Amino acid sequence: MAEDNILSDDLLRQLISVGEVDILVGLHTHNHAKTIGHMVQVIREGLLKYFPRERVAVLNADGGSVDGTPELVRAASITDLRRENSFYTLRTLHCISSQYGTNVSNGTAMHIIVAAADLLRARACAMIAPESSEIRPDWMDQLLGPVYRDNADFVAPVYRRQRFEGILVTNLLYPMTRALYGKSIREPRPGEFAFSDRLASRLVGHPMWSQDAGRLGPEVCLTLEALAEGHRIVQAFLGPKGQAERPAPDLVAALRQTVGPLFWSMENANGAWSSPAEAPTLLTIGPAFDVGTDGTANIDLARLHHLFCSGTKDLESVLKSIVSADTLSQLQYAASLDQAHFHLSDELWAKAVYEFASAYRRSVISRDHIIQALAPLYRGRAHTFVTENLNAAPDALGERIEALCVTFERFKPYLLELWSAPERGS
Amino acid sequence: MTDMIVSELGQAWNEFAHGFAHLLPRLLEMLIIALVGWVIAYLLKVMLRSLLRLVKFDHLSERAGATQLLSTAALPSPSGLLVQLVFWITWVGILLAGISFLDIGGLQKHIGVFFLYLPRFFVALFVIFLGMLASGFFARAALLGAVNSDLPSPHLLSQAVRVLIIALTISMAFEELGLAQRTIIIAFAIVFGALMLGMAIAFGLGGQDLAREFLERRLSAQRRERKHEGDLSPL
Repeated sequence: MAEDNILSDDLLRQLISVGEVDILVGLHTHNHAKTIGHMVQVIREGLLKYFPRERVAVLNADGGSVDGTPELVRAASITDLRRENSFYTLRTLHCISSQYGTNVSNGTAMHIIVAAADLLRARACAMIAPESSEIRPDWMDQLLGPVYRDNADFVAPVYRRQRFEGILVTNLLYPMTRALYGKSIREPRPGEFAFSDRLASRLVGHPMWSQDAGRLGPEVCLTLEALAEGHRIVQAFLGPKGQAERPAPDLVAALRQTVGPLFWSMENANGAWSSPAEAPTLLTIGPAFDVGTDGTANIDLARLHHLFCSGTKDLESVLKSIVSADTLSQLQYAASLDQAHFHLSDELWAKAVYEFASAYRRSVISRDHIIQALAPLYRGRAHTFVTENLNAAPDALGERIEALCVTFERFKPYLLELWSAPERGS
Repeated sequence: MTDMIVSELGQAWNEFAHGFAHLLPRLLEMLIIALVGWVIAYLLKVMLRSLLRLVKFDHLSERAGATQLLSTAALPSPSGLLVQLVFWITWVGILLAGISFLDIGGLQKHIGVFFLYLPRFFVALFVIFLGMLASGFFARAALLGAVNSDLPSPHLLSQAVRVLIIALTISMAFEELGLAQRTIIIAFAIVFGALMLGMAIAFGLGGQDLAREFLERRLSAQRRERKHEGDLSPL
């Protein structure tokens, strides 16, 4: 079995001593001592409040923390919680921590948690990002409730985001996922999510874990696997997305964690997205879209414009092997415009992204280089998106994103055409 | 006198006829070997061409940048070049084996040397191919890294990486072939050492202020970059 390989002897011993559980909450950490204590207490509070009768365990997969994170998870005392909130549980609430190595890998940590969920036959398993500063006890109910009580297979979050927060999500991941599978998953790279035992047993031996896609962006792979297999998906509104204390990953790292896994999953799904099977309607608990009004300060549009223009010019030889001649000439034309007139249209953006996906599939150059070459284009797109929506009201912003989604859907036949085109040299 | 001349001529003719009669079957054998060799080389060429097409060798070479490099030098495609090379080496090899049948003194030794040299030649070719793959990959990686980090002169950086790897590859290939071994190694060491020393001196001593300024600018630019990317968080 796959979990035999990923679960260490020590962790297996701990899991066996816990026995079967109804609910498992997974935390993947690396030097999160500042926040982890509070987070575990909030999780426990949520579990005691919403699942007092269930057998519950919290599993921390740690990537070699040196600040005592695992000790804090293990030491989190339930008596403090009872004293403060007068909660009572009918069962023991286990807290397990295991270090999987010294190389931090979200993929490995999540694989361990999925394998543990499968081994413990947990009916519902929630994954919580260790940076979630906004975590509240009701997240447990929001995430685990639909799986545990309502037979959902995957619960994806919906966050309240600031206006220009997560442009890669709103301008690429969300529209493209929606165009591929016809489902409006607002956060295809969820920080927090939950899945069922059925999905866990499918995921535990999935090929993604041995690939860069699964190692770098397991969240995207898991979401797309749930979509590709036609599982019952529910979205739950969790409120504001927590601001990480650590600096966000730089753009290239973010592209590797999201776009790489997205393109890989398209290939791995063997065309399941070309004509997606009938799947249950997507249910959303709470608002499906919520946006704040902040987020315009300190955005250096001139720099974004400069990085797009110089990138398009300097990477001409690379882009030539990725995008079509027509797309390249349009990009070059856009790069020739001054900042005041600069515009990277929805159509050009969607077409270019699809051509990148096709180039990734055909491996025209190193796949990692293809992902890196998308960075200047993203910056151009971000410039256009920010410029167009500087003063847009939340509703107007929603409409703008909706229009982009429609463009991605309109261009899907073009993607299918590229996908089925014979490879060069064959 | 006339009899002597006639007798000598007759003897010479007889020797020639005898020699020719002795050589003719070998010549015929050699011609047959040459013909069979051509057929074998041709079949090998066809088979290799199919194999290369099957493994998408041209596609691989294109990705590695070898195709562009060869087309710049007005050479055929990598698979075409390899197929032609294998064809000629096979045919010439078999032809030389045939010539050795002629039993011409001294030639056999050279033919032996030629055959002993072939594996080294192929290893050198392989080294060059790998070098081209590596130079294409690392030059592109340097270009992408420099562009995405907004470093000045990304093309210069990329070309420097390419030239360095190609120079290293050529020196390795020449070393394998045993051609101008010392010259190439010494030249490479001198050029590489001089380049590094020159850069170190220029950057560290000659342009002390510039180096400080550059580093300060870079580091603050990185901080600024991080801030901008952070303000416009992609995720």
